[in-house]
Amino acid sequence: MGSLWGRLDDVQGDAGYGSPSEHPPRMGFFTDTSVCIGCKACEVACKEWNSVPEDGYLLTGMSYDNTQELGASTWRHVAFVEKPLDVPAVDLGMPAMGAPDTEGVTWLMSSDVCKHCTHAACLDVCPTGALFRTEFGTVVVQPDVCNGCGYCVPACPYGVIDLRKDDGRAFKCTLCYDRLKEGQTPACAQACPTESIQFGELTELRERAARRVEELHDRGVDVARLYGADPDDGVGGDGAFFLLLDEPEVYGLPPDPIVTTRDLGSMWRHVGAAAATLVGLGVASFLGRRR
Amino acid sequence: MPGLGTSFGRGGATTFLQDLSNADCILIEGSNMAEAHPVGFQWVMEAKRRGATVIHVDPRFTRTSAVADLHVPIRAGSDIAFLGGLVNQVLSNDLDFREYVVAYTNAANIIEDDFRDTEDLDGLFSGFDPETGQYDPDSWSYVPDSRRDVEDEERRDQAYSGGSSHGESHQAARSESHGSGGAPVKWKGRRDETLQDPSCVFQILKRHFARYTPEVVQEVCGIEPDQLRRVAEALTSNSGRERTSAFCYAVGWTQHSVGAQMIRTASILQLLLGNIGRPGGGIMALRGHASIQGSTDIPTLFNILPGYLPMPNAKQHQSLDEWVRDDEGKAGFWGNIRSYAVSLLKSYWGDAATPDNDFCFDYLPRITGDHSTYSTVLAMIEGRCKGYFLVGENPAVGSSNGKMQRLGMAALDWLVVRDLQMIESATFWKDGPEIETGELVTEEIGTEVFFLPAATHVEKAGSFTQTQRMLQWRDKAVEPPGDCRSDLQFYYELGTRIRQKLAGSTDEMDRPLLDLAWDYPLDDGGDPDPEAVLREINGTGPDGEVLSAYTQLKPDGSTSCGCWIYCGVYADDVNQARRRKPHWEQDQVAAEWGWVWPANRRILYNRASAAPDGTPWSERKRYVWWDAEADDGKGRWTGADVPDFVPDRAPDFVPEEGAQGPDAIGGQDPFIMQTDGKAWLFAPLGLADGPMPTHYEPAESPVRNPLYGQQNNPTRKRMEVPQNPLNPSWSDVFPYVFTTYRLTEHHTAGGMSRTLPYLAELQPEPFCEVSPRLAAERGLENGGWATIVTGRTAIEARVLVTRRLRSLRLGDRFVEQVGLPYHWGPNGITTGDSANDLVNLTLDPNVYIQDKVGTCDIRPGRRPRGSALTEYVAEYRRRAAMDVQREET
Amino acid sequence: MGLVEFLGWPLVRQVTGRDRLGRGHAAMSRRSETLEPRTVQADRVVDSVCPFCAVGCAQKVFVKDGEVTQIEGSPASPISRGRLCPKGSASKQLVTSPTRVTKVRYRRPFATEWEDLDLDTAVDMIADRVIKTRKEFWEWEADSRRTRRTLGIASLGGATLDNEENYLMKKLYTAMGAIQIENQARI
Repeated sequence: MGSLWGRLDDVQGDAGYGSPSEHPPRMGFFTDTSVCIGCKACEVACKEWNSVPEDGYLLTGMSYDNTQELGASTWRHVAFVEKPLDVPAVDLGMPAMGAPDTEGVTWLMSSDVCKHCTHAACLDVCPTGALFRTEFGTVVVQPDVCNGCGYCVPACPYGVIDLRKDDGRAFKCTLCYDRLKEGQTPACAQACPTESIQFGELTELRERAARRVEELHDRGVDVARLYGADPDDGVGGDGAFFLLLDEPEVYGLPPDPIVTTRDLGSMWRHVGAAAATLVGLGVASFLGRRR
Repeated sequence: MPGLGTSFGRGGATTFLQDLSNADCILIEGSNMAEAHPVGFQWVMEAKRRGATVIHVDPRFTRTSAVADLHVPIRAGSDIAFLGGLVNQVLSNDLDFREYVVAYTNAANIIEDDFRDTEDLDGLFSGFDPETGQYDPDSWSYVPDSRRDVEDEERRDQAYSGGSSHGESHQAARSESHGSGGAPVKWKGRRDETLQDPSCVFQILKRHFARYTPEVVQEVCGIEPDQLRRVAEALTSNSGRERTSAFCYAVGWTQHSVGAQMIRTASILQLLLGNIGRPGGGIMALRGHASIQGSTDIPTLFNILPGYLPMPNAKQHQSLDEWVRDDEGKAGFWGNIRSYAVSLLKSYWGDAATPDNDFCFDYLPRITGDHSTYSTVLAMIEGRCKGYFLVGENPAVGSSNGKMQRLGMAALDWLVVRDLQMIESATFWKDGPEIETGELVTEEIGTEVFFLPAATHVEKAGSFTQTQRMLQWRDKAVEPPGDCRSDLQFYYELGTRIRQKLAGSTDEMDRPLLDLAWDYPLDDGGDPDPEAVLREINGTGPDGEVLSAYTQLKPDGSTSCGCWIYCGVYADDVNQARRRKPHWEQDQVAAEWGWVWPANRRILYNRASAAPDGTPWSERKRYVWWDAEADDGKGRWTGADVPDFVPDRAPDFVPEEGAQGPDAIGGQDPFIMQTDGKAWLFAPLGLADGPMPTHYEPAESPVRNPLYGQQNNPTRKRMEVPQNPLNPSWSDVFPYVFTTYRLTEHHTAGGMSRTLPYLAELQPEPFCEVSPRLAAERGLENGGWATIVTGRTAIEARVLVTRRLRSLRLGDRFVEQVGLPYHWGPNGITTGDSANDLVNLTLDPNVYIQDKVGTCDIRPGRRPRGSALTEYVAEYRRRAAMDVQREET
Repeated sequence: MGLVEFLGWPLVRQVTGRDRLGRGHAAMSRRSETLEPRTVQADRVVDSVCPFCAVGCAQKVFVKDGEVTQIEGSPASPISRGRLCPKGSASKQLVTSPTRVTKVRYRRPFATEWEDLDLDTAVDMIADRVIKTRKEFWEWEADSRRTRRTLGIASLGGATLDNEENYLMKKLYTAMGAIQIENQARI
């Protein structure tokens, strides 16, 4: 109980929900980017359901990505990556005009989201207990508890969680905790037109993902690979994992994320310091948030 | 959609979205389906998952291309050349599905001797009158089978009083009136089923398309021969008895001065491959608005009445007899046109419509030519039209040549705008671009403007007809706020008040209003009950009982029906459009979800899914077939769908001599709305610009037509007015092609998207997309500003430099294309210049839809402001010598 | 803070329960414990159809106290299977958009600003203008052929009009003799 690092098969049990028979199965997302059409329905459906405010009208000039990154007011983010296709120039026997520099291109799209890590550093460093592990194994910030201390922000190895400026508190994907309680599908997965975002029991999703990679390999798509699906990786595997068609860095994902709490020595000092002020902060936060 | 209507008999998508998943190959062209119809696109992805090949032919590499197996970049507006190249590949290599082609198309029909092809006349067909710019299609006709054909027709003709019937039937308005049926040919005609006769359609087609070689395709479209062959290979290897291919298109085809013929070329190709009427086949017309199909079925269009009945034309139709004579008694279901027409008149004028007064035929106003929206705008500018209703439409941004639209509105007496948001068409007098340039002055604009706020889709009940001809009912969820009202309520109220104000009038001109059947049950709030209106549309019998099929309609005035093709939507006095049986309780056809016209058929012409003898072409593609054992051995068509055929007509049935209407449909005539029962590879009638598609350049083009001396569609509808200057083709001043389009994140002119925060933030500004080569040529920087110029105006947009825009090699030169989403205008949460202001008005002669491509210049930096802008554009016009415009025909 | 409330406080649960590090159940706030999706509180759920493109995705509209609280895809649809694109997903904002106009606005000829106008008066004024313009531009004949029409009035409708609305519009316009009746379908 209470592990911070390594493989962990019953993440809910580890968070006090008892044996696997006493809590629901761990739920998660499998985002298959090979069928993503970059429509951003996930971004909008998420904002609609969770009443996340719009966060700026800025044309970035970076392909069709005007959202840029995950943040307090962006819980789903579709990345657009235009990549030159390395094809040898075809000699068409045409008069020498100089080959156009616009030959092939691929356009990768991928909907990013909080990974709901098996070992979630954001949660582990949260001094107020605002971040907690749900009975579904997901990681959720409780807005009625969060006091905006911001410790979670640098702790996340993926740069997901952030403070909302005009509000002060930390926000991120809840994997639609409220919907899950009623057995509903999270808003983004519900909307996704092409089933790029799949929601379900994590063990089943991992099996499905493995089959999908195999299928793509059989069709000659050798570049297909899973990201965040390995329970032995640096965060103990992600509750939200991906099928990618290129290196993670291409999509702006860290290639080998490691839970920031792995370094126990420094972390315990950190947590100890936090614990010393925990009661005070907790009460203040609790009372302060009562409405 | 006459492209589909003249080919198959009905102007709607031939299939349904879910069926795309049964395709073995899907060609998407003239559509950016993943972006414009993302949820429909799930069925393409489903097909791909099952192993289908997905091909995207488009000027740009889009989100559709990104998940396709093959993207073929094409020069905007050159689709007929590419598709013609595919037709040629099929015909010259004998790759057609011969058995299907012989049995179900007019390939075997013999055409008149005096027919001349574009091959013979350098880009013109026989019958062209350079004076009027129109064709007389007589020489395109079928040769009669026998003397009896001719006698029958003469006898039929004499049954009507008055002059000749065919004089103007090929006119544009006429061709669109056949959205639900091909034009009426005089006879089925002589056929040579060996297809060897040099005058048969098959041989004519073969000669016509022989010129569309891979090399020519490359020269016209910029498509490499290897890519053309790959597409041909994918389509032909995935068509035939065992396999089917589907086509998807949208406004990438319809919005051209040759739009109808682009769709025709695809229809010809799909017929040659034997893919129409079969599962996984067909042509999916992807409509862009919730009820754009409904808006043509029950039209608010000038040239048709509900159910594609033609608006009477003053020159031809001065009586009920004259109105219906072209179709009445002909083979197929249009033969019963009198029943449909009389039933409509009964639903309009109720008891006032009697046999003695031609069922109030005379109450119908007559058209005399083109009264389409663009002609009407010209009439406004010229002071001939003074009152204007805009109902959920924003022409100041959404229509081509926006300046003309705004100048037209500024010349009105009064304007009524009904919308959710304060759209540009309501505020042009205050903050339109012409106010900034000084071309219009607010204090000098006499237009009285009424802005009436409208109800949203959840604040009213009613039905939409979506892209696969399906009516789906919406229930009302909440009351509209404030002054917001449904358009149903507004028009009901307006009609009621006009009738009250005119009550007692003895003026003959007011009779149609005073006699109008305008009694609808009202709810507690005083709003008319939309279900009562749908019931009226469906139709009722002599005792007011609800009808269940249009076959019950009568020509004697005993039935009433507001739209004959929708008859059945209220069968059993139940709103069938409201049906919501979950898909998991049904098969894929899902016959109990909503209601589809005609007669709830999901795949049209599905008789063709069986071989001539009535057995499925293959087990794999089994859909509708003849069950000889059914009904005690009498036999019946059966299968997964409602058979699109006379249910008990045996495959070997041969109509009796002189048979009329549905009785004249043979057992092997799957195209039951056509007067000859066959699909048309060659259109002997019904299209204004020729019996076969021919590549012409867009009105503004940087290249000469490599195929013929004829540069442009000779019958195109031109708008030669000072407000619509046309860039000369082949001009160095306007060396680039531009094309306008939609993004997933927005909706058409943006009134319903740039006003919503969650959409506005996703694509917050207008931008243009250019290739790296063009960026280098003009010094454009990614993220920087560019000014795009045509003879109409100049607009500014941010720049995206991207390899997704390809420099196309045509012969020894490159053609560069500028991509322009058109969703912005001066109002809304995010604003910017409107790309539609750049577009010229040159219209397809069949449907009067404009070209969405044109030529332009592009320069780095922002555009001039104020009067400097008009001067800047005028300078371009001077440099291009546009005031002394040359004739390019 | 009462005793019961205190015992429910996360820190107390943490030291008394199985979640000793306070990362799971022990950290759950009262809000989290009682959280439920707002859709379950809806007074009614209404079947609708997305008003954007022509795919015709089925929507479920959740209504609470006369307000739309959520619009999402209806999984039962054989066409859309519960999915929506970004526009469909944003369609609640059509109702709630901050820039939506809900009052009649009137611009007098040559005026520089909008004025308020009563809806009833507006409809009455429009009826008067229709009658006047119709008469002014009435035409019985053109080229000696009977036309029975007015060319003074035109209409352009969006393709998001319901079939029933299009039907009444065309019926009324035809009876008026107005023929320049057009729709987005041509554009």
